[in-house]
Amino acid sequence: MSEGTPKFKVTVDNITIEVPPGTTILNAARMIGGDVCPPAMCYYSKLKDSGGKCRTCLVEVSKGSEKDPRPMPKLVASCRTTVMDGMEVKNLTSEKVVDARKGVVEFLLLNHPLDCPVCDQAGECDLQNLSYEHGTEGTRYEFKRRTFEKEDIGPYISLHMTRCIMCFRCVFAADQLTEKREHGIMERGDHAQISTYLNKALDHDFIGNVIDVCPVGALTDRTFRFKNRVWFTKPLDAHRDCPKCSGKVRLWTRGEEVFRVTARKDQWGEVEEFICNDCRFHKKEKKDWVIEGPSIIQRSSVISQGHYVGTKKTPVLIDKVIGKEPLHLLNIHDVSDVNRPDIDLSKIEGPAHSDDFNTDHHVSTGLKKWTDNK
Amino acid sequence: MGVKLLLEHDHVEGIRYYDTYRKNGGYRAAEKALKMAPADIVEEVKKSGLRGRGGAGFPTGLKWSFLAKPEGVPRHIVCNADESEPGTFKDRYLMEFIPHLLIEGLLVSSFALGSNATYIYIRGEYAWIVDILNQAIAEAKNNGWLGKNIKGTGFDCEIYVHRGAGAYICGEETALLESLEGKRGNPRLKPPFPAVQGVWMRPTVVNNVETIASVVPIINIGGDEYAKIGIGKSTGTKLMSACGNINKPGVYEIDMTISVEEFIFSDEYCGGIKNGKKLKACIPGGSSVPILPANLLLKTAKGETRLMNYESMSDGGFVSGSMIGSGGFEVFDEDQCIVRHTMTLARFYNHESCGQCSPCREGTGWMYKILKNLEYGKGKMSDIDLLWDIQRKIEGNTICPLGDAAAWPVAAAIRHFRDEFEWHIKNPEESQKRNFGLAHYADPIHVAASV
Repeated sequence: MSEGTPKFKVTVDNITIEVPPGTTILNAARMIGGDVCPPAMCYYSKLKDSGGKCRTCLVEVSKGSEKDPRPMPKLVASCRTTVMDGMEVKNLTSEKVVDARKGVVEFLLLNHPLDCPVCDQAGECDLQNLSYEHGTEGTRYEFKRRTFEKEDIGPYISLHMTRCIMCFRCVFAADQLTEKREHGIMERGDHAQISTYLNKALDHDFIGNVIDVCPVGALTDRTFRFKNRVWFTKPLDAHRDCPKCSGKVRLWTRGEEVFRVTARKDQWGEVEEFICNDCRFHKKEKKDWVIEGPSIIQRSSVISQGHYVGTKKTPVLIDKVIGKEPLHLLNIHDVSDVNRPDIDLSKIEGPAHSDDFNTDHHVSTGLKKWTDNK
Repeated sequence: MGVKLLLEHDHVEGIRYYDTYRKNGGYRAAEKALKMAPADIVEEVKKSGLRGRGGAGFPTGLKWSFLAKPEGVPRHIVCNADESEPGTFKDRYLMEFIPHLLIEGLLVSSFALGSNATYIYIRGEYAWIVDILNQAIAEAKNNGWLGKNIKGTGFDCEIYVHRGAGAYICGEETALLESLEGKRGNPRLKPPFPAVQGVWMRPTVVNNVETIASVVPIINIGGDEYAKIGIGKSTGTKLMSACGNINKPGVYEIDMTISVEEFIFSDEYCGGIKNGKKLKACIPGGSSVPILPANLLLKTAKGETRLMNYESMSDGGFVSGSMIGSGGFEVFDEDQCIVRHTMTLARFYNHESCGQCSPCREGTGWMYKILKNLEYGKGKMSDIDLLWDIQRKIEGNTICPLGDAAAWPVAAAIRHFRDEFEWHIKNPEESQKRNFGLAHYADPIHVAASV
């Protein structure tokens, strides 16, 4: 080993990377980025003890370490398993993993209502992304989905228990951000539910963050409820001097109107810094904020529909994973008409509209060909 | 008569109380152990080949030697008395009738591993046994076997009884520790294992009641002598709690050399099938282990006689074998319906899943609903394959073994009794009126000539 801190060599899907000891497989894969990174529904790097529950991040360890090359007998949760020197991990390249993950997605969607059309989380929902990327079409479940009695948990947060996937993130967030935990899990098994003690409203200064950590639409912003779809609003980074938190937020705007305020999220959908309730719920005008500019968002995100400046592409690593150039490689975001780079949607006032594409100059090539052939 | 080590004096009147227990040779092991070096006690247990009696069968001596011993950090022994596996009731018998055997075992183990505060986590439903144990602890304390400076050795030990609140999942060792700490009984992710970070992040050993009690005869007769009883890696004696359609249900101590046939049909043990019926199937080790049809239960797939021990019972893996598990021996006669039985188990695991990880939380409920349809004549042929696929996706993909425990019975029922499931689907009306019966499940199976 050279001087300085020793590094562990770990190989994920044929791509080798050196990471400091104590890194989890998931975080090592995140350092590589792209498709080799397993999805995570319950792990949240900012929350201690989170992870291990949803089982979407299961990977196969085909070689334990340099010293002990035996493979691990079962699939392991990559978010909570630390790497060893010389470890070889299979994610995309393991049939077992792909199969198990399909199963997990099916289990997660089993009791999840398909109310995406009326759900405020639609468009930025981790479960939507997960099922799109890793799930199967349709369900084999033929029974009634479970329901809960509607519960009112205060003026700021609305709870839809039917949508919950029991990731425990909000419980950890409330536990670690506030000094007095007011909500937790009641019951057990498939009738377990998030609830507040004695139905008390959650009134702590930082409790609003449970909305941001929720991967699905179970906890949503009540002040934003049914006001707009997220892909119609434009995210802007902004800040203000806040005595309670860092004040660094993301404003979701449409024209001059600020529809909602959230914390800034990184490419893994995790907030960078938690914000206080004042910033989140009470500062809903542009004049309250110093606007820094448009937020950088993932190209693959449905939100990029309304705004393209600085969108980030996920790195394409498929050639390294399979060890050769693929015969065909099609990225839907490169060929989609909606994503034509010559239309700078961020300069259009308000949200994008189908008319913006229908000018002669911008007639979609596919549609044009189709009409020409007619 | 087989060897009896644990239940030697179980019919002596008043064995529950200290004086009678002491008169019948009680606390001899404690006397002997307190004069030994703690490491020697661990060595004796290692030599004995004692395997965990809670179900997994992990060598106890090895488990003890894994216990981390950092300077200045207290260590604990936790006795797992959360016996909730359907069909298993051997620990209840031990604690209810010979509580001092457990107390003595705990004292010896605590001394061996240096635990000054030892806990018995007992199933909430065993409410009356808590009083029995507390009385036994008080008696032991009055006679100087617990408390400060035990018998002048300078070793302090207290035993506390902690009642569970009625959750099967709290029998899983890490969930048990969470519950003991006063939290919600959700299993922890491993590693770290309890031997390194257990209760209150201190090194902890969690052992079943019977395992701890077995330490007493091991010290009394010596590890080597103990290892001579039994066959191969199945050493010593095992308590079996037999139930179901047999003439003499109850707790029996066996020395693991007898055959399954002898255990079921001899008058010394189960006494044969009730009402002269025929044996159809059996779950040999508590509800979680695979069910076996009569032919595979009595003989292995190779045609050898199946014995009541760890190796023989699991001969053939899950394809044609099972597990001795926790010793909950459930026998089914020809009148029992396997579909209904599987549904009952699926309902149990659905009810007891903690809800932490998704495959178990959602999958157990799904399996139960499908099995309910099958049982009540509303099933489809595709349901069988669907069930198989669901159990396959649960097994091995969960945090704790409850997912496996829920998947195995369903898998085994489909593997061995597929005909019965199909009959239920093809004859929805008839299946509501009568049972499939014995069918061919007791027919001798063809043994392929060995190559």
